[in-house]
Amino acid sequence: MRLEEHPIVEFKRGKEVTIYFNGKPVKAYEGETVASALYAAGIRTFSRSFRFHRPRGFFCAIGKCSSCLMEVDGIPNIRVCKVYVRDGMQVKTQNSFPNADGDLLGVLDSIIDRFYPHGSHYKKFNRPRILREFVTKQVRGFAGTGSPPKKVFEGNASYEEIVTDLAVIGGGPAGMSAAIFAARAGAKVVLMDENPFLGGQLVKQTHRFFGSGRHRAGTRGIRIAQILADEIKELKNVDVRYETKVFGIYDGVVGAVEKDKKLLKIIPKKIVVATGAYERTLIFENNDLPGVYGAGGVQTLMNVFGIKPGNVGLIVGSGNVGLILTYQLMQAGVKVAAIVEAMPRIGGYFVHAAKVRRLGVPIYTSYTIQRAIGKKKVEAAEIVKLDEKWSPVKGTEKRIDCDFICIAIGLSPTHELLYQAGCEMRFIPELGGLVPLRNKYGETTVEGVYVAGDVAGIEEATAAMMEGRIAGIDAAIKIGYGGDEAIKVREEVVRDLKEFREGPFGARIVAGLKKVSIEELQEAEA
Amino acid sequence: MSYLVRGYLEEDELPPKPSKERLEKRAVAYIECPQEIPCSPCIESCDYGAIKMENINAPPEVDYEKCNGCMKCIRICPGLAIFMLRLKNGKGYVTLAYEFLPWPKKGQEVILLNRKGEEVGKGKVTWVLPPEKNDKTSLVRVEMDPDLIFDVRAIRIVGKGE
Repeated sequence: MRLEEHPIVEFKRGKEVTIYFNGKPVKAYEGETVASALYAAGIRTFSRSFRFHRPRGFFCAIGKCSSCLMEVDGIPNIRVCKVYVRDGMQVKTQNSFPNADGDLLGVLDSIIDRFYPHGSHYKKFNRPRILREFVTKQVRGFAGTGSPPKKVFEGNASYEEIVTDLAVIGGGPAGMSAAIFAARAGAKVVLMDENPFLGGQLVKQTHRFFGSGRHRAGTRGIRIAQILADEIKELKNVDVRYETKVFGIYDGVVGAVEKDKKLLKIIPKKIVVATGAYERTLIFENNDLPGVYGAGGVQTLMNVFGIKPGNVGLIVGSGNVGLILTYQLMQAGVKVAAIVEAMPRIGGYFVHAAKVRRLGVPIYTSYTIQRAIGKKKVEAAEIVKLDEKWSPVKGTEKRIDCDFICIAIGLSPTHELLYQAGCEMRFIPELGGLVPLRNKYGETTVEGVYVAGDVAGIEEATAAMMEGRIAGIDAAIKIGYGGDEAIKVREEVVRDLKEFREGPFGARIVAGLKKVSIEELQEAEA
Repeated sequence: MSYLVRGYLEEDELPPKPSKERLEKRAVAYIECPQEIPCSPCIESCDYGAIKMENINAPPEVDYEKCNGCMKCIRICPGLAIFMLRLKNGKGYVTLAYEFLPWPKKGQEVILLNRKGEEVGKGKVTWVLPPEKNDKTSLVRVEMDPDLIFDVRAIRIVGKGE
């Protein structure tokens, strides 16, 4: 399953190590996550669902979906897609007997619903009281995930207080750009990311970017990640904290944990939140079957770790992510059976569609996936035509043989930190979900807290970089750095971003931004 | 915009074609990018002012008389939407971007595919820009029946795939 060669990416694998999965040795390479190493070893069931013990597998690969919770070295509920392999690591599946793959409690899936359907705990087994107490105890016995750790923490926990000008949360395209532009203006920056590398989701974008040359169009996403990381290395006033998870913003103070060992209290003058987005799933029968993956999860597996997701895929959604993923799968030597799109026309750029269409990949517009077929993993999918009212047309069902299905129907902003920080939020469908109100430089209703990138509204990485630049440079200006030159640069990027959004693809974004623009809202009020 | 239902351009949706005389003079860039998308590396790369674009979202238009076939635009186009076309000594030539393994080699016979991925004939590779010279986007020039240069938009290496 590991790719040895690839037209675009060179996979530099670390030293070979052995991890133990439910006691069995699994070969892995340093630098791989536990989830990707297990996937490469052919393991598909990562966990069992909470209630019905249905098999669950790989899905998002970026620590958002909880499908891969396992016990690692005695600690329960670890997202193994975010844990890197170490020689001798003990990984176990939880909530199952004897293990997730052969979980005997899986019978619950077929029988429990018949006797104890959703909501029945309010009505059934209530009387007599002794029966209620007995049943409640049994149900509670099944509930909860994982077993508490038996060992006491033995590491050296420490604490650090950092006073700085700007704290940037998230090291993707927006966060890196914010850090670079603020630092160039003279600000002292702390840049935090949960990964051991910078780049965010750029690290799996093997394609060349669109936009203008000034904003690195024509350059591959993976190269942009490298260019930005190199620029940050050059800047002495950017302090990068890797594997650092921010857990809250309290009156302008940022709380974070570095490498699971060190508690950080960061006292900045301004904050840029650039936490990105997570993948949405879609409702259809068996949508939790191992083999149904998020499109970005597959990109991570394939383009970052060099592991083939399967032999034949079906792509659900023809936005740019679905179209680009199709092309990338073909570059990795994986066949794509078809792309299905519920809308009557292709959602992404035509040129991306043309690239895969001329290589023979069928695109079914006005079609959707009806169900995934398979017992413990995907063996096929059933697709169906939709009429003008989005209802399935009987008799148009088609079976597509495939061993994995990619859901590429869009993303939602990772908005939790902003919400917690007290920013005023709105649900804006055009921007992908809950987003904060902000002024034209990205500052939210909480003074000094800025937003940039996908967390501000789902858009292209090119726009994320521009938003990051604007937020970073404006924060620096407000602190007192940069002078007229910085103001000039800021206004230039604001103009470029406006022009970037002027076409039909930007229209939706612009319509969404109108609803969260502090200036527009104030104007409407006046 | 029915090309967005199909994923390929039909004959009547194609950009204006360069004349036979022009195609016989030297290679010319043919850009199949009809949709308004925010993208402009082609116009930025052109040293001859041959590409027209009113704003970053406007589809590019090529002035075939100004284009000198230098191939800067096809090297950088992120949409892989540019093809260099040429007629010479009764043969047709299409140069296209290629990003798959194995890399095509000069002299190799390849299967020619149209915009829908259908086989329309066989051709011969006459020139290859090595992928390492262009950040892994190879350029491949294929010799074919001159009537096919407005149809062939992809190649498959013989023996690869089904």
